[in-house]
Amino acid sequence: MNISNHRRTRDRVITVLTYLAMTFVLLLPFALFIGLAAKSELLFRDNSLGQLLFSSQWRPSSGEFGFKPFIVGSLYVTLIAMLISAPICFLSAIHITQYAPRKAAKIVVTAIDILAGIPSVVYGVWGMVFVVPWLGRIAASLGIQSNGYSILAGGVVLSIMVIPFILNILMEIYRTIPKELTEVSLSLGATRWETIRDVLNRKALPGILAAFGFGFARAFGETMAVLMVVGNVVMIPSGLFDPGYPLPALIANSFGELGSIPEIESALMFAALILLVVVLVFNATLRWLIIRVEKY
Amino acid sequence: MDTQAMDAKMGAGGSAKPFEGEGIIRVDNLNLYAGKTHILKNVNIEIPKNKLTVILGPSGCGKTTLLKCMNRLTDLTPDIKVSGNIYIRDQHTGELPVFGAKTDIVALRRKMGLLSQRPFPLPMNIYNNIAYGLKLRGKYTRAELNDLVEYYLRQVNLWEEVKDRLRSPAVRLSIGQQQRLCLARGLAVNPDIILADEPTSALDPVSSEAIEKQFAALSKDFTLVMVTHVLRQARRIADYVIFMYLGEVIEMRPAQEFFEDPREEQTKKYLSGAFN
Ligand SMILES: Nc1ncnc2c1ncn2[C@@H]1O[C@H](COP(=O)(O)OP(=O)(O)OP(=O)(O)O)[C@@H](O)[C@H]1O
Ligand SMILES: [Mg+2]
Repeated sequence: MNISNHRRTRDRVITVLTYLAMTFVLLLPFALFIGLAAKSELLFRDNSLGQLLFSSQWRPSSGEFGFKPFIVGSLYVTLIAMLISAPICFLSAIHITQYAPRKAAKIVVTAIDILAGIPSVVYGVWGMVFVVPWLGRIAASLGIQSNGYSILAGGVVLSIMVIPFILNILMEIYRTIPKELTEVSLSLGATRWETIRDVLNRKALPGILAAFGFGFARAFGETMAVLMVVGNVVMIPSGLFDPGYPLPALIANSFGELGSIPEIESALMFAALILLVVVLVFNATLRWLIIRVEKY
Repeated sequence: MDTQAMDAKMGAGGSAKPFEGEGIIRVDNLNLYAGKTHILKNVNIEIPKNKLTVILGPSGCGKTTLLKCMNRLTDLTPDIKVSGNIYIRDQHTGELPVFGAKTDIVALRRKMGLLSQRPFPLPMNIYNNIAYGLKLRGKYTRAELNDLVEYYLRQVNLWEEVKDRLRSPAVRLSIGQQQRLCLARGLAVNPDIILADEPTSALDPVSSEAIEKQFAALSKDFTLVMVTHVLRQARRIADYVIFMYLGEVIEMRPAQEFFEDPREEQTKKYLSGAFN
């Protein structure tokens, strides 16, 4: 009697606790959003939303805050990173899960886990020491004026950072496809490649989209490694070897010295808000897309 | 092991060819190891053409493994080693070795349809589940494809149920309908042989009976090899029975003889339900 009462109470307590935890998690993005929005309010006194998003005039001293160079810089760097990493991840996930012998796959998986655990500063240093000079030389040989610090350098370093992240998700997705599906397709006289192309990839499609979506969000917000190689010049890049200035770099670079000036603090909050909104909108779009392709 | 020792081992009732007429699959001294485990042991059987042969045996005795050897799905499992061979007879090309460096695996697999325990529709709509195999088989015009898809869906009595939703995902069908779709899909590549691994075990009684009837009918034109755990089912539709125990073929006999006059000790025990 007593014991069962005790157990019932505990059951209730656990239910409430789990509920509270869930609510907390649900409220987090809203809290973030509201906090950032409230802090950016100051910026809207002198600038319209259109100006803030689409103007290239960045003169904090005279109260002009056009975020376009940073938004474009972020998008370029992320796009380059995704263009490099997506095919690599896609093909190697297929190879590791479908073709590679088990032992080789294990070694690769270990290597990927190690890559995933390396702090982003390390990627940044590596980028500064190897990627930037190397790109500088390539630029020189192409007759392009560049010291190597460029959106391309940012994209390359970033792609290497997100590869283990995306690849891990992709491998998991291919692994969860039932083996019988492969058997069925092979038994109908399809080759291994036809099976992968027409059956496994179709089955994996929602997961593939999700993996690239997570990768994009991850890359879009990555700060340290990109900041170290991208040049951080406020301009709209017109070529791969031009420097850029992504949003996260702006926030990280400016916070210490300029964060104390209210207008600039507000601008940085707005930059963070843009990051958040882009990632949220992107995720929502993707989710909608995933639901549409998830019918099988 | 030489042939004589093997004959002795297989017992009097387990002669390698317990039927008159033409055989289509000949398993020749097949041994299969997964790592160090000896899974199939000296399997020697011949399977008659255009008959329904049932493989019986307690769980884990190697029925699925034997079936998967026949169309080389064993290739998908790493560290499997095979000795001996299986030969598929073909009117035009003679005997085709299943395991062999020169074997055209795609062509081999096309000779055999496969029906698994649970239905696994392809991640496509109903129409394309059938058309997928057809397109692998050859070039067809849209109209020909339409006709063939209908033909095969009719053959498994599914057409009336799905003709208005051919473009909807196959996974939305009921399990029983899915299994019939999978059978139609297998038939559509025009195989000589249909391999079925407990094809009715996940189905409700009505769907199960539908598949069973299909099988009985198909055995006029196709060679069927079916694994089942349902003895009554085997009694109803089997022409021949192969009984396996711990990786060995204990006996292969005409169905009626097998059930009415089992010769081997293990068979008797199995039929009396001792292994369940
Ligand atoms: N890849 C593998 N590695 C090791 N052992 C395996 C492997 N595949 C199958 N086996 C073993 O081989 C034996 C035969 O398996 P199989 O699936 O052929 O049995 P079965 O007769 O089909 O059983 P069931 O009636 O339960 O389906 C089992 O003991 C199984 O554990
Ligand atoms: Mg089995």
